[in-house]
Amino acid sequence: MRIGVDVGGTNTDAVVMQDKDVLAAVKTPTTADVSTGIVLAVREALAEAEVDPRRIAATMIGTTQFTNAFVERKRLREVGVIRISLPSNTDIRPMLDWPEKLVSVVGEHAYWAHGGYEFDGSEIAPFCDADIRKAARDIKRKGLRHVAISCVFSPVNAEEERCAAEIVKEEIPEAHITLSSEIGRIGMIERENASIMNAALIELSTLVVGSFRKALESLDITAPFFISQNDGTLMGADYVERYPVLTFASGPTNSMRGAAFLSGLKDAIVVDIGGTTTDVGVLANGFPRESAVPVDIGGVRTNFRMPDILAVGLGGGSYVRQSGEGVTVGPDSVGYELTQKALVFGGDTLTATDIAVAAGQAELGDKEPLAALESGLVDCGLASIREIAEDAIDRMKTSAEAVPIILVGGGSILIGSDLKGASNLLRPEHAGVANAIGAAMAQVGGETDRVFSYDAMGRDGALEAAKAESVSKAVDAGADPASVQILDVEEIPMAYMPGGSVRVRAKAVGDLVLDGGPAQP
Amino acid sequence: MKLTLDDLHDYVRGAAFLGTGGGGDPYIGRLLLKQEIEDGRHPTIIDPEELDDEARVATAAAMGAPTVMLERFPKIESLEAALETLQKRLGHKFDALIGAEAGGINGTLPLIAGARTGLPVVDADGMGRAFPELQMVTYNIYGLSAAPVVMADDHGDRVVVEAGSNKKVEAYARSVIMAMHGQAQIALYAMTGAEAKRSAVRNTLSMALDIGRAISAARRGNADPVQGLLEHLRARADKRFAAELFTGKIVDLARETRAGFAFGHVRIAGLGSNGRQCEIAFQNENLLAKRDGEIVAMVPDLICIVDSETAEPITTEGLKYGQRVRVIGVSVPPIMRTKEALAVFGPRCFGLDMDFEPIETLLG
Repeated sequence: MRIGVDVGGTNTDAVVMQDKDVLAAVKTPTTADVSTGIVLAVREALAEAEVDPRRIAATMIGTTQFTNAFVERKRLREVGVIRISLPSNTDIRPMLDWPEKLVSVVGEHAYWAHGGYEFDGSEIAPFCDADIRKAARDIKRKGLRHVAISCVFSPVNAEEERCAAEIVKEEIPEAHITLSSEIGRIGMIERENASIMNAALIELSTLVVGSFRKALESLDITAPFFISQNDGTLMGADYVERYPVLTFASGPTNSMRGAAFLSGLKDAIVVDIGGTTTDVGVLANGFPRESAVPVDIGGVRTNFRMPDILAVGLGGGSYVRQSGEGVTVGPDSVGYELTQKALVFGGDTLTATDIAVAAGQAELGDKEPLAALESGLVDCGLASIREIAEDAIDRMKTSAEAVPIILVGGGSILIGSDLKGASNLLRPEHAGVANAIGAAMAQVGGETDRVFSYDAMGRDGALEAAKAESVSKAVDAGADPASVQILDVEEIPMAYMPGGSVRVRAKAVGDLVLDGGPAQP
Repeated sequence: MKLTLDDLHDYVRGAAFLGTGGGGDPYIGRLLLKQEIEDGRHPTIIDPEELDDEARVATAAAMGAPTVMLERFPKIESLEAALETLQKRLGHKFDALIGAEAGGINGTLPLIAGARTGLPVVDADGMGRAFPELQMVTYNIYGLSAAPVVMADDHGDRVVVEAGSNKKVEAYARSVIMAMHGQAQIALYAMTGAEAKRSAVRNTLSMALDIGRAISAARRGNADPVQGLLEHLRARADKRFAAELFTGKIVDLARETRAGFAFGHVRIAGLGSNGRQCEIAFQNENLLAKRDGEIVAMVPDLICIVDSETAEPITTEGLKYGQRVRVIGVSVPPIMRTKEALAVFGPRCFGLDMDFEPIETLLG
């Protein structure tokens, strides 16, 4: 049995699952300290499922805390940045394109060292111990404890980053060190950005993981716990302590994976309607379609594996307004105040939820105040809601053909019985807690991204090698070898290169092994 | 004219527009230029008419694999070293720099070199847009010699290439690039002011800046940025013909990488149920636009795909299913439409079996 938890900005959801069955699903408000909310939700879910906490094999948690902390620039620490690249990469300094306010929090402590690799793994220049030692001593002198190390083409070879980390450890034994090769793919700026973000978040991460651990202990759950990454796979608690940045954007991924699981569909469009926004994403072979363009987080460019999500301003709390030009819905929302402000909850604001209830699409609150609404207003409001959803779906579709649509999230009551472009419209049971279910059902993965020589290895040999690398990374991350499958292989030939230099990216996923065998049915 | 920090985003957006889908992501170029300007080194742009006929001008560029540039950035000191070596070889100092390509990362390189060396940058380039091959520059077309070409790596090592034809120069340069691990800074096409004025596509740097500014201004004023862009293009002194060719949603996308080029096509369906369709073929850059089966624009005229709401230019790599886009066609100046020019970058040079027809005639 496993527990899935999703900590969102508004709600903390918890589910208890046995194999593929949802034994209990609970939604509670997120608390300021987060862990109190988790304890409440999990305790309630365990009680509802009538399950002994000691029978839980694993807990999976999805959280937006780290993303929020970074975007809000809260609880970040100053970071010493060591870039191994000399004589190259001197003309763009670390954090050059970051928002000024963020730089002032993280500090400008950049150091360059000789070394780094070419695309084929040869050294740009010999690695220089003394450069690293000098940087480490200066970082220590400044009283900094958080260090990010980046190196040119470290996805090809991480050796120099690891050597540098050892030297820094010798000089600053208490240092928390982030290696760019552990976080990002090819793209020096984006990978270095991610490692600096990560280093700045480490202290918070230790705190958060500690509070999760305590929360679960207080519930007598002794099984290991895992945290969701941005690509929907899991990482162990000790790994999150070191790499919190990998949790960014795990929410939408979990919600889509949950939708896939609940509906049994592998190819569909998922429409997740919350209180404020609607997220539309595409499921391809059971996983979210990934974004092809760089993703900015808090104004910082990254190249994380992020789901391709279109967010539009439609939610249960969306304001509904009538004017000369007709009825408009959103894009602003009453948000978490829905349960005070909506007409059905005794408030004085007409919201999208009120329209849905007035149209008979849901039974919620007190219908009395809705009697005064003109039927024209309700019809126009419904039409407007539909139009926004249909337009968003149309933007994400890959072809003109109708596709299955899976509706999830608390706001899915806004949608009536059919939608244009939908071959069928599914509202799976427990759709309101799809994120927590997605977290509970998550797998573990591994990815490789580097340059291979097709001349030396042959195309087949290179692809096999890339796949094997990603599989072994997945197994290292805790996947059951028998369950690992290749999710994606991408080849990018390189211009001006000796015949057959190709950048290959391969990704593998598998079921998590827990004590007593694979956790996945 | 001095380029400032505020101009940077506008300039890069305009360069991406002139890239007509290719030229690579100018992100690294923008960052290099940003650091130069932040450190107090502003590039100066001069009109070709300000050049003396006897002035000495050199072309500054980066050459190599885009993937390598994502990890190991073009090194400005090496570009300076390449220019210095070329000066020594020729026995004279340069008075100004000029670019090879207006689109993508090479649209920023001459400005970066100009900022570092203090040399003014001529408001012109050799393509008026982006093209996939080095020999597709007007300098080559109008008889200038690329050689001597100086190529420099990050260690200060330099290779000088001299050869009997520009074609051979490119072949040798490619093998040097490999030896330099996929990326090098190069100085080439040394020319006089008179030669620059005779062979370059004029005012393309200011055009990139103006395009970016027109889009920004329309966005700020809550006007339609595509309309703002079209109005600007039509009002330019070089009298460009500009038209919105299509508006719709991407419904089909086919991409294939062969011999280092991205080949493919994109199909765009009209909005609503009007049944109209537009198809654009590309090889790195957009080559041919058909509307309901009829050709409406072809290379070397500019075919640009932009976001339908923001007018943000979209590169071929950035195209996605379902995107709402508008297609804009822009005429190129006469210097890019001569018989000699079309023999090098006309439709037949990209395997299209047709003679060039100007966009204004096709839409006439």
